[in-house]
Amino acid sequence: MRAFWKANQLKLAPWLFLAPGIFMFALYVILPVFQSLDISFYAWDGLGEKEYVGLDNYVELMDDEAFYTALQNNIIWLVLYMLAVPAGLFVALFLNQTVRGIRIYKSLFFFPFVISQVVVGLVFSWFYDPTNGLMNVLLNAIGFDSIAVLADERFVTYGIIVAGLWPQTAYCMILYLTGLNSVDPEQIEAGRLDNAKGWRMLWYIILPQLRPATFIAVVVTVIGALRSFDLISIMTSGGPWGSSRVLAYYMYEQAFSEYGFRMGYGAAIAVVLFLIMMVYIAGFLYKMYRDERGH
Amino acid sequence: MKNKNNLFKQSLATLALATLFSSSAFAGKLVINTDTSDPAPKKAFEDVISGFEAENPDVQVTLNLFDHEGYKTSIRNFLTAEAPDLATWYAGNRMLPYVNAGLFEPVDDVWEENGLNKSLASAAASMTIDGKKWGVPYTYYQWGVYYRKDLFAANDIAVPTNWAEFKAAGAKLTAAGITPITIGTKYLWTAAGVFDYLNLRTNGYDFHMALTKGEVSWTDERVVNTMNNWKELVDAGFFLENHAAYSWQEALAPMVQGKAAMYVMGNFAVAPLRDAGLTKDQLGFFQFPEITPGIEMAEDAPTDTLHIPANAKNKVDAKKFLAYLARADVQTQMNETLGQLPINSASVAGDDEFLQAGFKMLSKTSQVAQFFDRDAPAEMAKAGMEGFQEFMVKPERLATILKRLEKVRNRVYK
Amino acid sequence: MFPTPIEKTAPSVQLIYKIALPIALILWLLPLIAVAVTSIRSAGDITAGNYWGWPTSFNMLENYTAVFTDSPIGKYILNSFKVTIPTVIGTLILSCMTGFALGIYRFKSNMLVFFMFVAGNFIPFQILMVPVRDLTLSMGMYNTTTGLALFHIAFQTGFCTLFMRNFIKNLPRELIEVARVEGVSEIKIFWYVVLPLMKPAIAALSVLIFTFIWNDYFWATVLTQGADTQPVTAGLYSLNGQWVAKWHLVSAGSIVAAMPPVLMFFAMQKHFIAGLTLGAVK
Repeated sequence: MRAFWKANQLKLAPWLFLAPGIFMFALYVILPVFQSLDISFYAWDGLGEKEYVGLDNYVELMDDEAFYTALQNNIIWLVLYMLAVPAGLFVALFLNQTVRGIRIYKSLFFFPFVISQVVVGLVFSWFYDPTNGLMNVLLNAIGFDSIAVLADERFVTYGIIVAGLWPQTAYCMILYLTGLNSVDPEQIEAGRLDNAKGWRMLWYIILPQLRPATFIAVVVTVIGALRSFDLISIMTSGGPWGSSRVLAYYMYEQAFSEYGFRMGYGAAIAVVLFLIMMVYIAGFLYKMYRDERGH
Repeated sequence: MKNKNNLFKQSLATLALATLFSSSAFAGKLVINTDTSDPAPKKAFEDVISGFEAENPDVQVTLNLFDHEGYKTSIRNFLTAEAPDLATWYAGNRMLPYVNAGLFEPVDDVWEENGLNKSLASAAASMTIDGKKWGVPYTYYQWGVYYRKDLFAANDIAVPTNWAEFKAAGAKLTAAGITPITIGTKYLWTAAGVFDYLNLRTNGYDFHMALTKGEVSWTDERVVNTMNNWKELVDAGFFLENHAAYSWQEALAPMVQGKAAMYVMGNFAVAPLRDAGLTKDQLGFFQFPEITPGIEMAEDAPTDTLHIPANAKNKVDAKKFLAYLARADVQTQMNETLGQLPINSASVAGDDEFLQAGFKMLSKTSQVAQFFDRDAPAEMAKAGMEGFQEFMVKPERLATILKRLEKVRNRVYK
Repeated sequence: MFPTPIEKTAPSVQLIYKIALPIALILWLLPLIAVAVTSIRSAGDITAGNYWGWPTSFNMLENYTAVFTDSPIGKYILNSFKVTIPTVIGTLILSCMTGFALGIYRFKSNMLVFFMFVAGNFIPFQILMVPVRDLTLSMGMYNTTTGLALFHIAFQTGFCTLFMRNFIKNLPRELIEVARVEGVSEIKIFWYVVLPLMKPAIAALSVLIFTFIWNDYFWATVLTQGADTQPVTAGLYSLNGQWVAKWHLVSAGSIVAAMPPVLMFFAMQKHFIAGLTLGAVK
């Protein structure tokens, strides 16, 4: 026994170290993905018996306006949420100086990211409140009418995205601030000698060096956009008349709200969201694979 | 291994026996989940509980308060997973899914032993599914129009009794810069109250019930008539601006501040309106006016109920509590606090003017609807209420909305 | 350094920068400042519509006392700790081991296992909702802080493994080779050689996971309910339903709920930022 262990220690050890982690991860993450896929072929209210319906849930999805609204909102989220990346870069450049107290400024700018999205959602609901919210008080003060951002189908999704951009920009900012720390001063000097200034300097000298930071900022922002749920739940519950739903929220509503409990249908929406995300995950893994090989 | 198994079975049997003989010793903890987070209902329930505890000193009641909107989602979870011993819910179609799924316990014995079939007779039908009773009703309340008497007087408006007068009243109010009707549709159901009344008055009770039961198409001409009546009000600027941004509580403010004159609401709105400072001379109530002449004036009067989940742990005390809650004196006192009407026929409705008005109004008709989201199945209700909210903001989309609802109807009622 | 270091610019530019900084900060934090101000207003101010004028009275003590006495927020916060702390500990234990295994050993399916963790970490976790709820139910852990913590431990292991593995990979390998040559067992290498070197990573991750889990709202609503088990994020949502239009209480409650991660952040800022960036920008 001891001898066997001695001989094979190097082979067995990694698996023993991995076992608890793999077990938990498989049980709670990997397996459920396939279970969801399976449930999406059933009609199930979570209470009675499951009934196999084949592709019916997906067929129904194709003809469900609420699904398309949610899908469209997801795309808007994906596109506009990306603003957090340049915005974060901008703030980082702004703060990347050495004056007295700059460290405190940096951490205060980062502050919104530390707060729960529930609080961010409440804060912005309050900000948008049509009668007394700060935004409308300011609008009225400069002579405009109040806008009920969260009750207007034209603005609601954008209003929520703005709330989401607030902490997300802070996140990207911190990534860039760290990235800027490791920018090579010699290259900047070289650039200066070549008379590169302002935008040219940023574009040709700084940004290429910030590529790792940009990459990770894009990744976390895409994930954040596709997972968006908290803010919608807090600020509008998907309303008015469902116009601010995204797939993640619609799925929750279909599967778990009083008016829903269609587990199968919810799972089908989840699968669609998963497929969209798979594109990004595959891209990310591919890049990682290349990097690992390159080492 | 085998031995162990036997031992296990034995001890299980002993345990079961012990439970059988000592049901009173088991008594002690009673968990009640309620959605009574607003001040008046919260107090009413706390009073009932302390009254019950005084009479049953061996029982200790734990009250879990949920917020009103969140409760609707939570109930399904806790009924299946971690059931309390009692839970508040609503009568009619709204409890059907839980009854069908076997999540509620039938309580015919409580009705039988306490003579409830007689004392609660008026609500018996709405508590019965498949010939069994599934809970105990403790309150109901009228819906109608609450209005600012002083604003009506100042603008020389008499209480409207028909559609033309109602519209004329609104026109006068708008001319005076007052919003005729305040409403907050953020949580959707308030719009359903307006729909209920317009449909009941336009097409009558039987049609309304047929619609909520899924027997009539949503694109039916009669539904369109109802919606066109509604459109008249929307186009004339009857409803509070930005109503989709507010909850029903937030929509109280314009009425209190005198910026709006009417509220189509349930009687539970009276307590917060009074708390906010409206006096006897300011706050009034009238029955929703007639639209199609000659149709019986049916009403919305939702019944609130208490149920024993099938997975409850302490059903013995839960039944005691139900019996207590059904008692005439308890219902009298509780509804006094709630500002609502007791179900028990031996109870006395509070002498509050609004309760008396509601009581009188409701005793004139046998056509009582529960409420849109209690009469229609959940999915239809959700789609319907979303449609109503959208319609109130974008009335021009009527045809699209009705077509969408018809699609949902075809799927939901199979 | 980019743009031009401020000390090399004209004095006027320096001055403008120094003035712009606080203004930008105030604008940036304006929504939060508004909430902080609202949380000390009196109920009278709120009903009278005096939201933005000078408060008629300062009710800081009253409002914050009211939040704690009239609502179960104390319980909610306790629940948050009951979920967060076990999650931090559990995740760290699991991911130190997985990170060690994937960072040190060269074996065939190393990359495959690693990618499984990474991919799982990125999925839209809503897809797990229905099965995880069923699983938790069937284990009898629905509506317990333990059930919620178990899920968090499992899910966070994905991210933490990525983090730990990258960290360990950059440790000097010679140390381990030397230990092996001397016949030290693998478990002892883990415990005595590698673990002490991982202290900065452990510190960074614990702050980070603490914040993530404290702020989780979605899983709290899926796996718990009621004041006995719900953490403060979900609790705050429920309280928001009870405190309709009582914005002074909503604001005070929000601030109370946000406090622990904020304090954590300011106390351990260095580790926090290291955590965010170290695993990511390597």
